[in-house]
Amino acid sequence: MTTKLFGEPVRRREDARLITGRGRYLDDLGAGALAAAFVRSPHAHARVLDVDVEAALDVEGLVAIYTYEDLSGPMAEPLPVLIPHPQLHAPRTGYPLANGVVNHVGEPVVMVVATDRYVAEDAAERIVVTYEELPVVVGVDAAREARAWVHEDVPDNVAARHHQETGDVEPALAAAPHTLSFTQYIERSACTPLEGKGVLARWDADDGSLRVHSSTQASTSVRAAIAAKLELSLDRVEVIAPDVGGGFGVKIVHPWPEELLVPMAAIRLGREVKWAEDRREHFVSSAHERQQRQEITVGYDDDGRVTALDVHVWHDNGAYTPYGIIVPIVTATQLVGPYVIPVYRVVVESVYTNTVIVTPYRGAGRPQGCYAMERTMDRIADALGLDRADVRRRNLITPDQFPYDHHLTFQDGRPVIYDSGDYPGLLDKLVALVGWDEAEALRADARARGKLLGVGMALYVEGTGPGPYEGGHVQVLGSGKVLVSTGLTSQGQGHETVFAQIVASELGVPIDDVEVHTGDTRRFGYAVGTFASRAAVMSGNAVALAARGVREKAIRIAAEVLEANPEDLEIDEGLVKVKGTPGASVPLRTVAVLSNPLRYAFDEAARQATQFAGPGDDSKPPVAPGDAPGLEHRDYYSPIRSTFASGAHAAVVEIDPRTWEIDVVRYAVVHDCGNVVNPMIVEGQVHGGVAQGVGGALYERMAYDADGQLQNASFMDFLMPYASEVPDVVIDHQETPSPLNPLGIKGAGEAGVIPGTAAIASAIEDATGRRIASMPISPTELYDLMRDETAERTAASQETGVPA
Amino acid sequence: MTSVDASRTDSERTVRVTVNGVPREATVPVRRVLADALRDDLGLTGTHVGCAHGVCGSCTVLVDGDPVRSCLVLAVQVDGAEVTTVEGLAREDHQGGQVLHPVQEAFRECHALQCGFCTPGFLVTIAAGLEARDRSAEITEEEVDELVGGNLCRCTGYANIKKAVRHAAATMRDAQ
Repeated sequence: MTTKLFGEPVRRREDARLITGRGRYLDDLGAGALAAAFVRSPHAHARVLDVDVEAALDVEGLVAIYTYEDLSGPMAEPLPVLIPHPQLHAPRTGYPLANGVVNHVGEPVVMVVATDRYVAEDAAERIVVTYEELPVVVGVDAAREARAWVHEDVPDNVAARHHQETGDVEPALAAAPHTLSFTQYIERSACTPLEGKGVLARWDADDGSLRVHSSTQASTSVRAAIAAKLELSLDRVEVIAPDVGGGFGVKIVHPWPEELLVPMAAIRLGREVKWAEDRREHFVSSAHERQQRQEITVGYDDDGRVTALDVHVWHDNGAYTPYGIIVPIVTATQLVGPYVIPVYRVVVESVYTNTVIVTPYRGAGRPQGCYAMERTMDRIADALGLDRADVRRRNLITPDQFPYDHHLTFQDGRPVIYDSGDYPGLLDKLVALVGWDEAEALRADARARGKLLGVGMALYVEGTGPGPYEGGHVQVLGSGKVLVSTGLTSQGQGHETVFAQIVASELGVPIDDVEVHTGDTRRFGYAVGTFASRAAVMSGNAVALAARGVREKAIRIAAEVLEANPEDLEIDEGLVKVKGTPGASVPLRTVAVLSNPLRYAFDEAARQATQFAGPGDDSKPPVAPGDAPGLEHRDYYSPIRSTFASGAHAAVVEIDPRTWEIDVVRYAVVHDCGNVVNPMIVEGQVHGGVAQGVGGALYERMAYDADGQLQNASFMDFLMPYASEVPDVVIDHQETPSPLNPLGIKGAGEAGVIPGTAAIASAIEDATGRRIASMPISPTELYDLMRDETAERTAASQETGVPA
Repeated sequence: MTSVDASRTDSERTVRVTVNGVPREATVPVRRVLADALRDDLGLTGTHVGCAHGVCGSCTVLVDGDPVRSCLVLAVQVDGAEVTTVEGLAREDHQGGQVLHPVQEAFRECHALQCGFCTPGFLVTIAAGLEARDRSAEITEEEVDELVGGNLCRCTGYANIKKAVRHAAATMRDAQ
């Protein structure tokens, strides 16, 4: 077939508009709409004593001011606990606008609506809010000490205790030939997409309907949330995700206060209202992630094989828990990675702090789990004097062990059963790709240049494509155009291209005939959202199934027209053909016309389908029982459980012992996401993920002071990598198809970021001989560590040339 | 209490500026930044604001040929100037179609964009840089680093953006 596009590096169909300035991002829409701005808390923890709007009332162009007092019905209740969990025993959420108490800097207190954003901010800065400051909790350790409480009815600051075990860990540890116990930390970073959040709402008073555009990863659920909170019937609300300028997780959370307040104002004012988040707002009011304290005890034998693992994770969830405990559950369950862990116990305590909420950021708890497991492997290797790659190899699940059941329960409530993979294969490829066995020569070369060089590696397994489901709709029009829609949203992953490739391949049509729509509830009302590396797996399979349905119907109709057996027909380049009989064919667009019996001929194509056009069989109804007019099909893909992608990364770092600058000079990736739909796009995802991994390991951190003020809430101070900070990445692929879905694919979106922190920590430790137990690490921190006489040295510690 | 009206007539100015080769005029409050004037007054929404403090480079436009962060420039400052935005990079062919700039072509060919939000800033910066250099010379890695080094992208990891710069430079050299 000439139309086989699955697996090809097809150039992206979304690019034509995006490179010419014709993209339609949230703030590009709604010209002339009123603008909203917010008065946000300057305090991390305070009582709101008074809101005085008097001075703002004279601002010309002011339209409305809303405080908590102006909210009613469900809007006056706390925001939803979006993902409840039995072990989230003390869930707490904020209000759309603060109700008496603020729990982090940036929490919205007042909404101002005015003729434009400048005027809205003029008014906002004239509003005087009087606060009574309360004691502040910042960081996991302060939360544990519980000298102050974030929520006065949660006196230990613990929101959830999550616990899983696969055996009796204490006797297993007691019986282990060797044990190691250690504590390590990882700090906060954040998604920081270049486009912040944003909402545009238009109320049609005559129709009683609301149309909302939101820069979201979950338009169907934003729709449901708006309908519930504003007490509208679901059919009166439509939500569209337009072009979205990056998400990485932060836009999966919903409803954000602004997603409810902006539509509320649009309804009350009968005017179009828009809010586009600015950069500082994004830092202090959108979500962060990663921060954990990890206490690990591991038992292992003389060969370095793990016999038991006991992990206690203290997870900082910020001020509220709207997204439940998804992130720490992912940490707890993905921690075991590609390894056989005979007995495993994990306890997560998720604690409140007076900081921005913690919800998934690309990787969503996996980077922390990988950091825990991979640093454990490094410590075992160090303790036994073994090569780090060898210790890993001895612990790997082998290809003959699939499906492999870890006897854990994943974030979707389903068992952690790995479907397929070849982890020794990954490790072998990585060792070759990065030149692991030649590291000593590299070290010597660096030493000669006055530099310290180290190599590190990290492996991961990533549960991708969790359910419950996604759907797809495929329709062939009489023009020959093939419309594809799925409810799941896009934030730059190339879904318009990938889904078009799948449908073109399945249906047998030129890709140029295919038009894909995502994230628009007017086109597809049932969807879950874009997160957990699930779009290709879920919507990819759903549109494939929908295309197969269309194909089956097209062949059935064409078989009648061509007076042929359906088994003898194929579809190629948009033509339904009798195999091996040149000339015996009918265009798919004609089949589409014929599929819809008509009374009225409004154009030449329609004339072919009218009631007097053909012979017809007057003994049968024009539309057979069980059939439907039109060449279209809707289908859903709902997996029994997640599919598990995997990979292995290695970093080579060079450190300048005068400045302690850390330079990642080589970064190698071996990646396995099953069958690849578009290798160009998958590599792009890996590149972007690695950049975020390097950023998270060396540059990015949310620097809160003890008062809960975010000290680096701008791109001046939060060090998101420029091109100069991102190493060249070499990539090798392995493809172990998933047996769980029709296309054999696994997710690829988050993979690149997961092992970065672990691999780079390992490489720095290798270069310096100092134990690295807190990440990210800056040159200053490394300098302090090197000068600290009490700092732990690795057993493999080499002569590093550290100045005395 | 005095009334506060930032948009009152005496704080407005009429700005005349040639945008993408077309003379345009807008009456704007003096405090309006160029990015907002382009987007809201002239309807050119291809220029995006990523940080509003001059760090990310998403809002970069060319003012008299030089890259400028339009979030840090007031609209009144460009009175009389020539401004090029991403919408002005492609030129029209003789049949009313569009011929993309080699940098635009290269971005598509090399998968140098994902979400596309930062892309306009990269495109105008790189286009200006490539046009200002000796096209016949092989582009060096130092030049590539310089052209992409001032803008933030959160999606691509920059590898394909660098590749696109090399690709565009080669196209421009071969087109001589």
